[in-house]
Amino acid sequence: MSIIVPAPHPELAVGLDSPLTVLDLDGTRIANELLDPHLTDIDESALTTLYVDMVRVRRLDTEAFALTRQGHLVLWPPLLGQEAAQVGPARALAPQDWVFGSYREHGFALLRGADMAEFARIWKAFAHGGWDPHEIRMAPSQIIIGAQTLHGTGYAMAAKMDGADEVALTTFGDGATSEGDVNEALVWASAFQAPVVFLCQNNQYAISEPVAVQSGVPLALRPTGFGIPSLRVDGNDVLAMHAAARIAFDRARSGGGPTFIEAVTYRRGPHTTTDDPKRYRDEAEMEAWIAKDPIDRVERALTRMGANMEAVRAEAKIRADQLAKEFRAAAEHAEPPTADAIFDHVYAQPTKRLERQRLEHRAFLASIEGDR
Amino acid sequence: MSETLTLAKAVNAALSDALEGDDRVLLMGEDIGKLGGVFRVTDGLQARFGPQRVIDSPLAESAIIGTAIGMSYRGFRVVAEIQFDGFIYPAFDQIVAQVAKLRYRSRGRVAMPLTIRVPYGGAIGSVEHHSESPESYFAHTAGLRVVTASTPQEAYSTLRAAIASDDPVLFFEPKGKYYSKGEVDRSIVRDLETANVVASGRDVTIAAYGPTVETALRAAIAAADEGIEVEVIDLRAISPLDVDTVVASVRRTGRLVVTHEAPAESSVSSELIASVAERAFPFLEAAPERVTGYDSPYPPSAVEHDYLPSLDRLLDAVDRTLGRRNSRTGLDDPSALAPATTGAAR
Ligand SMILES: Cc1ncc(C[n+]2csc(CCOP(=O)(O)OP(=O)(O)O)c2C)c(N)n1
Ligand SMILES: [Mg+2]
Repeated sequence: MSIIVPAPHPELAVGLDSPLTVLDLDGTRIANELLDPHLTDIDESALTTLYVDMVRVRRLDTEAFALTRQGHLVLWPPLLGQEAAQVGPARALAPQDWVFGSYREHGFALLRGADMAEFARIWKAFAHGGWDPHEIRMAPSQIIIGAQTLHGTGYAMAAKMDGADEVALTTFGDGATSEGDVNEALVWASAFQAPVVFLCQNNQYAISEPVAVQSGVPLALRPTGFGIPSLRVDGNDVLAMHAAARIAFDRARSGGGPTFIEAVTYRRGPHTTTDDPKRYRDEAEMEAWIAKDPIDRVERALTRMGANMEAVRAEAKIRADQLAKEFRAAAEHAEPPTADAIFDHVYAQPTKRLERQRLEHRAFLASIEGDR
Repeated sequence: MSETLTLAKAVNAALSDALEGDDRVLLMGEDIGKLGGVFRVTDGLQARFGPQRVIDSPLAESAIIGTAIGMSYRGFRVVAEIQFDGFIYPAFDQIVAQVAKLRYRSRGRVAMPLTIRVPYGGAIGSVEHHSESPESYFAHTAGLRVVTASTPQEAYSTLRAAIASDDPVLFFEPKGKYYSKGEVDRSIVRDLETANVVASGRDVTIAAYGPTVETALRAAIAAADEGIEVEVIDLRAISPLDVDTVVASVRRTGRLVVTHEAPAESSVSSELIASVAERAFPFLEAAPERVTGYDSPYPPSAVEHDYLPSLDRLLDAVDRTLGRRNSRTGLDDPSALAPATTGAAR
């Protein structure tokens, strides 16, 4: 594979002054030259689908949060407020595409078809991984900040070598943009013109650190230095996110190389269930973001389109409750692993050394049976 | 004069006293400012010493250590925090290829008086990458001092010694013990390479460090009920390792059990047992034993209690060194070694 130096692009970053938006807070459509051509097929029914998706994702998130508080899960990183930033791009993926995300990608996991029972096991600390990555075409969630961006880039390089019609989407946070891995991924994606899309969910915080600790310029400006075009998008506008993702995926698919999307959004919950945001942020700043709620906005848009909102809401609620019930059942009744899980799948074939340790441990457990 | 502190507060006190005592000391790490760190270890320090000396860094471990190296050239004594054990690897190159070697490469002209604090170890019921014991990687690297602490007093005094040292020090804090309390006397001075005999006994020596010291002490108490005297050594320093203290003990007891949470393969126990074999072979009355994490990645925390050294596993190892009935009695009989089936080859 040869290294291609990308031609300089006159206008690599779009939306630096104000993030690209097509849905106003009151639900009216704002015309946007760049995005509109990618939304021509979005009618009431398509928008309803996006709405129901977001309602389901939020319901999953709040149920999991409650389950953690009730002691059924060990930890949960909530995505409250980031539903549009995930649902918009997730619904623009083709079935054959791959997702390489972080630990906060519950929206992607749900829409890629992750098994909810397996998903619950991760957050019960019953297993490190849940879904089958090859089956749903989504890599295991990634806790090491930014590492997945290289994996997505490498996947895209490989897909290109194979001449496959596949795109890799890698998603990460604002804090992640400081890691060497992410910057190196941008270098490689650009050098090899890999069909990879970088989705940075800028939720304004990396645990306690505001994004200003990571960058004095909009994050969307960063990739332009690597020769990668970038879109700064209202991350609470599901249509803008959907259109931006379509632009990026089309470019990747047609040999145009990588794109960076900064989704400007806000993490309304704590970093995780063990975090206490009162220590580092003024909860009053939340008001402005609640006003930009991604779901409310679509409700208003649907109403304007003449949708029977009562029916849509009822339908969404039934599906969301069903999902929450399924997830709760999985979280409450999952079968815990046995000690054998320690020794399984370390290598392709069991090794003598580990099998010996497995036996020793079984013998030890047998020896204390009854004492425990 | 002593005070009762949790281990986390003892670390906080050491940092605070070091910042106060030397204006070239500064702290750098992720979320250590307003938040006070994810374990609140640096609570209040930024408010007290300002954001120039208690720096919330961008999210990049390689840069935390790499820039601390540059600061060291100007004589700062940086105390860098790595948020969790499993997040140290992006900084591995800067630590192993740079920090460790600068004194040697500059033929003694460049000092790296850097302290790298690493909350480590398991038993906190967390998710992946939050419970690891990576100390062996660093113990294998010449030029680094690698130390641990088992009590609030040890945490206070050892961290003060680490910050004062002109060598780079990795200070591994047993995060599972952060909230356990103990007496701390701030005037007690400790070095970075002497092991402590924390319980005396004539029959078996248990060498432990960090979170396993408490388990070893409980094992000594339990063994005493059966008339077995266990000597417990808190190694404190992992590298350089205080082999002398362990050899002196084994010369008396003839029996050695080494315990740590890290996996056994190429670990502190490997090194210690090899050194004891070299230097005290004629005194050994039984094969040395070890009780460690198994040679797997750190497992899901639902089974971490099976993975981690426990009181019962330690007592079982003590029994093995004494030739008493134990869980492995008969295990080497070929019929007991039938191939394992469950899950292994799935
Ligand atoms: C290499 C590494 N360093 C540190 C951490 C600890 N950590 C977990 S999440 C996080 C903040 C991430 O912020 P961001 O990238 O903005 O993603 P967000 O959590 O906001 O979705 C940190 C520092 C980690 N998981 N991995
Ligand atoms: Mg963030």
